Amino acid sequence: MTTGNHAHAHTRKKYSINPGEPVGLVAAQSLGEPGTQMTMRAFHYAGVAEHVPTGLPRMIELVDIRKSPKKPIIDITLKDNLKKDRKKAEELARKIDMIAVSDVADIKEDLERHRILLRFNENAGKNFGVTMNDMLKAINKKRMRTKGNIVLIKFKSSESKKPFKMMRKTVEKIRNTIIRGVPDITMAVVVDDKGEFFVRAKGDNIEGLLEMEEVNTDHIYTNNIKEIEEIYGIEAARNAFIRELKQVLDMQGLYVDVRHIMLLADAMCADGKITNVGRRGLAGKKDSVLAKAAFEETVRHLTEAAVRGEIDPLRGVTENIIAGKTVPLGTGKVMLEFKFQHKGK
Amino acid sequence: MVLHYNPVEDEIKRIKFAIYSPEMIKSIGAARITVPDTYDDDGYPLDEGLMDQHLGVIDPGLRCKTCGAMSRDCPGHFGHINLFRPVVHPLFAKYLHKILSATCNKCYGLVLTKEGKRPKKCPHCKAELEDMKFIRPVSFYLGQKELLPTEIKEWLTFVKNADLKRMGYDSEDARPEWMILTVLLVPPVKIRPSITLESGDKSEDDLTHKLVEIIRVNQKLEANINAGAPQLIIEDLWKLLQYHTITYFDNETAGIPPARHRSGRPLKTIAQRLKGKEGRFRYNLSGKRVNFSARTIISPDPYISLNEVGVPLPIAEELTLPIPVTEWNIDFLKELIKKKDYPMARYVIRKDGVRIKVNDASRDRILESLGVNWIVERQLMEKDIVLFNRQPSLHRVSMMCHLAKILPGKTFRINPLVCPAYNADFDGDEMNLHALQTEESQAEAFELMRVDKQILSPRHGHAIIKMQQDNVSGVYFLTRDDAVLTKEDASHLLIMAGITKLPKPDVDKKYYSGKAVFSMILPEDFSVTYKSKLGEEVVIKDGKLLKGSIESKGITGEIVEKIFLKHGPEYTRWFLDSATRMGLNFLLSVGLSVSMKQYTLDDKSKEEIDKIINNLNRQIDNLIGQYDTKTLERFPGMSMKETVEVTVMGLTSKARDSSGDIVMKSLGKENPSILMALIGARGSMLNVIQMASMVGQQAVRNKRPKRGYSGRLLPFYKPGVLSGRERGFVHSSFMTGLEVDEFFQHAIGGRESIVNKSIRTARSGYMQRRLIHAMQDLSVSEDLTVRDTMDRVIQFVYGGDAKDPMFSTNTEFIESIEEDDVDTASK
Repeated sequence: MTTGNHAHAHTRKKYSINPGEPVGLVAAQSLGEPGTQMTMRAFHYAGVAEHVPTGLPRMIELVDIRKSPKKPIIDITLKDNLKKDRKKAEELARKIDMIAVSDVADIKEDLERHRILLRFNENAGKNFGVTMNDMLKAINKKRMRTKGNIVLIKFKSSESKKPFKMMRKTVEKIRNTIIRGVPDITMAVVVDDKGEFFVRAKGDNIEGLLEMEEVNTDHIYTNNIKEIEEIYGIEAARNAFIRELKQVLDMQGLYVDVRHIMLLADAMCADGKITNVGRRGLAGKKDSVLAKAAFEETVRHLTEAAVRGEIDPLRGVTENIIAGKTVPLGTGKVMLEFKFQHKGK
Repeated sequence: MVLHYNPVEDEIKRIKFAIYSPEMIKSIGAARITVPDTYDDDGYPLDEGLMDQHLGVIDPGLRCKTCGAMSRDCPGHFGHINLFRPVVHPLFAKYLHKILSATCNKCYGLVLTKEGKRPKKCPHCKAELEDMKFIRPVSFYLGQKELLPTEIKEWLTFVKNADLKRMGYDSEDARPEWMILTVLLVPPVKIRPSITLESGDKSEDDLTHKLVEIIRVNQKLEANINAGAPQLIIEDLWKLLQYHTITYFDNETAGIPPARHRSGRPLKTIAQRLKGKEGRFRYNLSGKRVNFSARTIISPDPYISLNEVGVPLPIAEELTLPIPVTEWNIDFLKELIKKKDYPMARYVIRKDGVRIKVNDASRDRILESLGVNWIVERQLMEKDIVLFNRQPSLHRVSMMCHLAKILPGKTFRINPLVCPAYNADFDGDEMNLHALQTEESQAEAFELMRVDKQILSPRHGHAIIKMQQDNVSGVYFLTRDDAVLTKEDASHLLIMAGITKLPKPDVDKKYYSGKAVFSMILPEDFSVTYKSKLGEEVVIKDGKLLKGSIESKGITGEIVEKIFLKHGPEYTRWFLDSATRMGLNFLLSVGLSVSMKQYTLDDKSKEEIDKIINNLNRQIDNLIGQYDTKTLERFPGMSMKETVEVTVMGLTSKARDSSGDIVMKSLGKENPSILMALIGARGSMLNVIQMASMVGQQAVRNKRPKRGYSGRLLPFYKPGVLSGRERGFVHSSFMTGLEVDEFFQHAIGGRESIVNKSIRTARSGYMQRRLIHAMQDLSVSEDLTVRDTMDRVIQFVYGGDAKDPMFSTNTEFIESIEEDDVDTASK
């Protein structure tokens, strides 16, 4: 066997992608196949949350584009002049950390006497740096009486036709009343990144954080793709998606070419809004009735098609298999026709 | 092959979906069905019954009364049932509600407000509008009054086409009044064949049962209406008819008790036939059973090439290929027809399409008349192009093209190099083989799917056809510095690769080094330098291995991948085949085995390991002491108990790792297991550690196991103890054997990983199905954009650079080849 010089040409020709290549399918396989090798282990993010899903659960979460991930994490960078100052970072962490009334007080309802009892927990208050006055200011109710560390909120029976229902509502409201911090942002901790400090917190309220003056609005990161899309737009969401998915795969030591991830991201972002891959997303919004019916919700897709008088153009994979035709991918995409010509003419 | 249809004209171009109007149903119906029964007492289909011979025949010997064909050729014909009272088509009820609430019940104009709500007053005729209520599955209420199907139908006939169009309905082919059934389409008998049981009884299909009931109620309804029965009775029967039509279409409708078979089993009606994994779409339309395929157990054979597959003779005898007779192959085919044993011709197909079996009776006649344009179906032979597949087919290398190699035995033989691609092993795995029937498919499979063309995975550009286990060991031993071969041995190895030339004897001018022998299969212009897994420098210069021995990373990442990129698939295949055979043969002479002795540590090492364990226990006790006195410093965001757990997990794994160094020192790098782990042939250091020194911490959900009895894991532990042994730390090694409690704890950890594995496969399988459905239609167009089925652009340039991911790694190397190329071109 000789090595042959023609082999040089071989590489060059194949170096770039061939027209007709079913890149979507290859990408889907390349992303799906390692799924069986991934672990279900949760990852420990220093201080913020104990179980940030990684591996397969996180990947599923990503392709599902959930409204909010199971454990939303935000990395907040401080403005350039502040980012080397640990104190400032700690201050910010304290400032944004949400403290609700239920964190510092026990709440009881006295249905018999139509009143709500709050017992301020001094210890917890000290821990969070909240005084009773802060709490009272936050609750700010009219008929409020204090006695030591107990707060009484009275209801007049005439106030509402359904006093109990009212009370329940009020209790819920008080419990969730925010004394300090940014709504939904909890467990903020300072992380030291080679002498620069940033705040890592749990929650998904970037909008609220952007209002803080210390926050560098150009440099904030969350693992919540949907929120990135809402605030920073589709391009940012696409990049975040690629980054997150790549990180998930890298952490498992599974190497998948970025082009596959990029193609998935681009397919999901193609119509301007980020779309998930499930039955309500890309797979459910296809042009072909048969392909949709073959995926999920068969009967719904067929009746819908009948009512709308839909036409299946038979241009995808599934529908052509069903119709018994050649699939228009790869060599099947090339149309060839013999042109018979007599030599004489 | 003779084409039986015109591929250009007889092709479905597009499919339109619509609703049948009652008139259309009547006109396509071959017969009106009125008799609620199937066969008479003699077993003959009843006229106007559900098995009416106008609907096609299933009994052999009978002729279809519509098309005159026998059962085989008759496609079946629809019939119809005239319903005496109209009923709502349950699947369209949702849309009926939308249309009804969008139109005025007086002037039938479109009344929807901008928000899509039904207003209080009609904007056209100013009539007061009442709320339209829809109670699933088929009841409609206008205010308090229930609308009867007759009333709905009348209402809908007045809705204008223009209004329907504005609501997004197809007014031409899906008029809403057709969603009220007055005529029911009866599917052909072929769709719902009756089964004759062994006892001779006939058992009817579920759909037939349902239709019988519909006709029966319909008849009763007719009789009662004609007899002038009270309104109440008529309405009851009407409701019953409605119920039966609902379950006829979908027997899993919410809020409706499913119709059941006599045995209590719910009937499988139309919707059930279509949907789900076993439904028509996924089971019969998207995937089909095929002929010309075979399945059996696989076993390894390193002496066949990696793009061959060993096909057992019994399978080769059964599979056939159609070979068109030409003037060039007629003599060869005649020989096959003459033969009575393998390889022989099984059938011939005449020019007129008639198949004749080749046997003693027909042989001579066939040989006489055989001519060009006949087709001979001969048995599978050596070098035939076949597809080979192992499920689950998770990626494209799960199905590759091999060349058949007919071998004795009963298993498929594959070269172990293809195992990683198929994810196959030989513990009883079975694989499927498909004999390709047309020249086109063979050519395509051979050029695109052949194993040696798939050496690099499109997922990451690294080799997926690669050496594992003993192959790696073999090449490693061959390329070690201490590998010295005699002339005989060297010749023996080289002839495995088909090389008949010996290198210069480089050891003592008499012997041959393994490196020199190995270098014989390297391409002459091949040079790389890299650092191997063992930390030594490997130098290959101009096709000569000068320094270092080759391990798993080197053979795949540094050598095979680069050879493939530079010299193409055929050379790489030859290289891999040769390296495999040479390596394995050399390994046979070296010998590689493991024995219990090799996992027994010397006393000093044992002491050191005991020291580690004692130290660990002390540290854990210390930690627990701190926990008890609450002096432990918490990790941020964690409770004190959690801190203890996390720290202990860290300590135990550290202890196990540090025992690894002792094991390594005690057993030495030449210990087979350690060696195999180091060169990446099989196993890991962890396996050696668990065998020789300690099994280590067992975990449940990444935490130490704790459930079981109150306050303790197993009944004979003291409640509340948090230290190592009581919480899943296994001190023993597999060599010494596990204590009873340790064994149990090991089983706890083992069980979790098994449970996880099954959950993971299910979840990742579904995710992959969704990904594939979302992306399968995307492909690269001529202009290198990625587009979907409607030619919408998904990416303007594939991957941003139009590079094939298969060639996305080793880019520096690829570029160096390109430069070479330019150099030679300019010269």
